[in-house]
Amino acid sequence: MIPSSQIGGGSLKRRTFLASSAAAAAAGCGRKPAAAPGYRFLTPEEADTLGAWVDTLIPPDEDPGAREAGVVHYIDIQLTRWFRKHQSDYRAALSAIDRWSWSRRGRAFALLPLAEREELLVQMEKGKAPRDLFPDGGRAAFDLVLAHAMQGFYGNPRHGGNRGYASWKMIGVPPMPVRGREHYSAAETFPERS
Amino acid sequence: MPLPKVDAVIIGAGAAGPIVAKELAFVGWRVVLLEKGRWYTPADCRKDDLRNQRNPTLGYPFGPEEEGNPRVIVELNGRERVVKPSEPGYNNNAFCVGGGTLSYGAMAWRFHPNDFRMRSTYASKVPRAFENSTLEDWPIGYEDLEPYYEKAEWEIGVSGDVSGDPFKGPRRRPLPMPPLPPTREHEILEKGARRLGLHPFFIPMLRNSVPYHGRPACMRCRWCVGFACEVDAKNGTQNTVLPMALATGNLELRTECSAKEILVDDHGRATGVAYFDREGRLWEQPARYIVVSCGAIESARLLLNSRSRLFPQGLGNRFDWVGRNLQGHTYTGANGLFEEIVYDDLGPGASIAVCDYVHGNPGLAGGAMLANEFIRLPYQFVSGIRDPDVPRWGRAHKEFVRRAYRRIIPVQGPTQEIPVFESRVTLDPKIRDRFGIPVARLSGYRHPHTIEVSEYMAERAAEWLRASGAVKVWLRRAGRGLSAGQHQAGTCRMGRDPKTSVVDPWCRIHDVDNVYVVDASVHVTNGAYNPVLTIMAIAYRAGDHLAREGRRA
Ligand SMILES: Cc1cc2nc3c(=O)[nH]c(=O)nc-3n(C[C@H](O)[C@H](O)[C@H](O)COP(=O)(O)OP(=O)(O)OC[C@H]3O[C@@H](n4cnc5c(N)ncnc54)[C@H](O)[C@@H]3O)c2cc1C
Ligand code: SF4
Repeated sequence: MIPSSQIGGGSLKRRTFLASSAAAAAAGCGRKPAAAPGYRFLTPEEADTLGAWVDTLIPPDEDPGAREAGVVHYIDIQLTRWFRKHQSDYRAALSAIDRWSWSRRGRAFALLPLAEREELLVQMEKGKAPRDLFPDGGRAAFDLVLAHAMQGFYGNPRHGGNRGYASWKMIGVPPMPVRGREHYSAAETFPERS
Repeated sequence: MPLPKVDAVIIGAGAAGPIVAKELAFVGWRVVLLEKGRWYTPADCRKDDLRNQRNPTLGYPFGPEEEGNPRVIVELNGRERVVKPSEPGYNNNAFCVGGGTLSYGAMAWRFHPNDFRMRSTYASKVPRAFENSTLEDWPIGYEDLEPYYEKAEWEIGVSGDVSGDPFKGPRRRPLPMPPLPPTREHEILEKGARRLGLHPFFIPMLRNSVPYHGRPACMRCRWCVGFACEVDAKNGTQNTVLPMALATGNLELRTECSAKEILVDDHGRATGVAYFDREGRLWEQPARYIVVSCGAIESARLLLNSRSRLFPQGLGNRFDWVGRNLQGHTYTGANGLFEEIVYDDLGPGASIAVCDYVHGNPGLAGGAMLANEFIRLPYQFVSGIRDPDVPRWGRAHKEFVRRAYRRIIPVQGPTQEIPVFESRVTLDPKIRDRFGIPVARLSGYRHPHTIEVSEYMAERAAEWLRASGAVKVWLRRAGRGLSAGQHQAGTCRMGRDPKTSVVDPWCRIHDVDNVYVVDASVHVTNGAYNPVLTIMAIAYRAGDHLAREGRRA
């Protein structure tokens, strides 16, 4: 666990830390924490952490980053549909990276500057994150979030990501020529549940 | 429950089944066509980069449904996985009316004459291609299929211009429609090909470049391969032969009906088909003739599941050849980065090909047609086409995508595979589908010579891109694992000898004289091109034969 000397500082940090460890505890004993307003699965703290994570993978520059383009929403929606089997992977990974951030940098992952977030993700990509937090050194969680972030950023806006065609504008391709079929019925998106 | 007897029941409304149905319905046969999937119309078309027949991140829109249709895949290291349709290793094509032809890229290739005689062409020249392989000649040749290729081109509708291909087999008629105007990419690659002394030309496509048979021309959108067409300009069996056949009044199409087994009497004749409807009710459809057109994996599975007293190993499987020689195509190629913008957002993207490397490659058996790729959608680009020297994420990654997306051309080709007896479909002893029917179990590997040829093809693609002005080129290579996928073929080999094949040259099972297999299963080898026009030609030929020779009620 994180030594208490590292907690403290601003109330925001403290609130984030306490909430995320509560979420981690809830994940451990199987209780379902409440989703953030406007989300289906992620808690407010998880949404913050994931937003920072995907913004490290696809950072804002002259074009929107992943968070602004709705990638967190894409993942959140799919965690209740096609990615349901990854619910516990996300819960565990988001809590683990935040605990790691607190112990290494004394604050929540969501509040780290880009370079420091990059440094942690590089370790995970190489499988060198602490084994007590990530049993495989972080590689599986890194690859999972990377794939989902790319899908959300470059896929179609109808799934919650690529808001305002952010990535398509960035690469210079126009939106769909025939509009009005932007949304699916639940049956089409998830036929086996209908 | 038995239903009134019909002249023929055809199982599977993919590329082949509806063609046979049409040929029989036109001469007055009463025909029932069973299709496991649904019938989609252009109004069901969704252009979704994450949910299409090529990218099932969020599932397949045109079947099979994610739950209740598992398969088992045995990997090279012997590890077994039970896979759902959207998971790697499933080797899906499509399950719907039209099968793969509803959402395909629609390249409409005739095989090369030598593709039908791989043994005669290479036995003495490239002996290593015959070690541990089942590489053989077909019992029929290009000249047998030529009139049926032509029929497919005119009846279903092909655009393009193959007059610039000096390597093609002889043909009597040109294609019915001109090609779509060239893209910027086409012009760049054409110059490069000429510089190398190659012979570039316009890919033949089952796509309307002008209005044809009452449907409009292509509007050149970005989402073609893997998608249905919103304006119905892509020609599949679902919008051509099937409506023609239904209009005769002689055909009944039953969708969401899955064949369970072919029923055989004590004299060794097939009597009909047992199938489940969408509510899971079991029916028996008696028929004089049974035509199996379920695609290479599912046709083999259905025959293997059709066990009876006389055929305890499954129908047509007396000598253990059903399910063998499973093959597809080994795609390799290269991506080239250009200084200037090469992308003009004109669909379908693929448009130019060369057939200089289809045969006659030094020391190699076979080769591949090379062509530019269909439009690569942004997520496909970042997940598959990215320069391997660029980081997978972060600022540099984003910078690269922004700059390079419109400056990259991929070129690739389907290497003709050397068939292997151990690459096969069997029945899994434990896993069953939603109806309780044993599922397909896929196992095997690619022949080492296939890999060798595919490496050669990747180098040729790179050469073409460099000659066209690419400033950086990187290769796309192939793995050694089992190959099947969208181009799956070979599992019910056509041949004259019942000991080394499953069907005769007319697609009739050797063992049983009223059961036919008509689809990619019968391919002895799978050509150096995408297979669908050959599947269609074989279906026209088999349908024509059955309509003339078959006995009606
Ligand atoms: C995205 C994509 C792009 C492609 N691009 C090209 C291309 O450019 N050029 C080309 O030549 N080829 C292309 N192909 C491949 C081409 O579509 C296939 O080669 C062709 O469809 C195979 O024809 P088939 O008749 O053997 O089987 P299919 O077309 O697969 O048809 C089999 C049908 O049988 C049904 N079925 C299966 N089991 C049962 C059962 N038990 N009971 C009832 N029905 C059953 C299935 O639902 C299916 O509809 C592409 C395929 C895809 C998916
Ligand atoms: S590219 Fe043409 S044929 Fe293909 S889906 Fe778009 S409009 Fe239809």
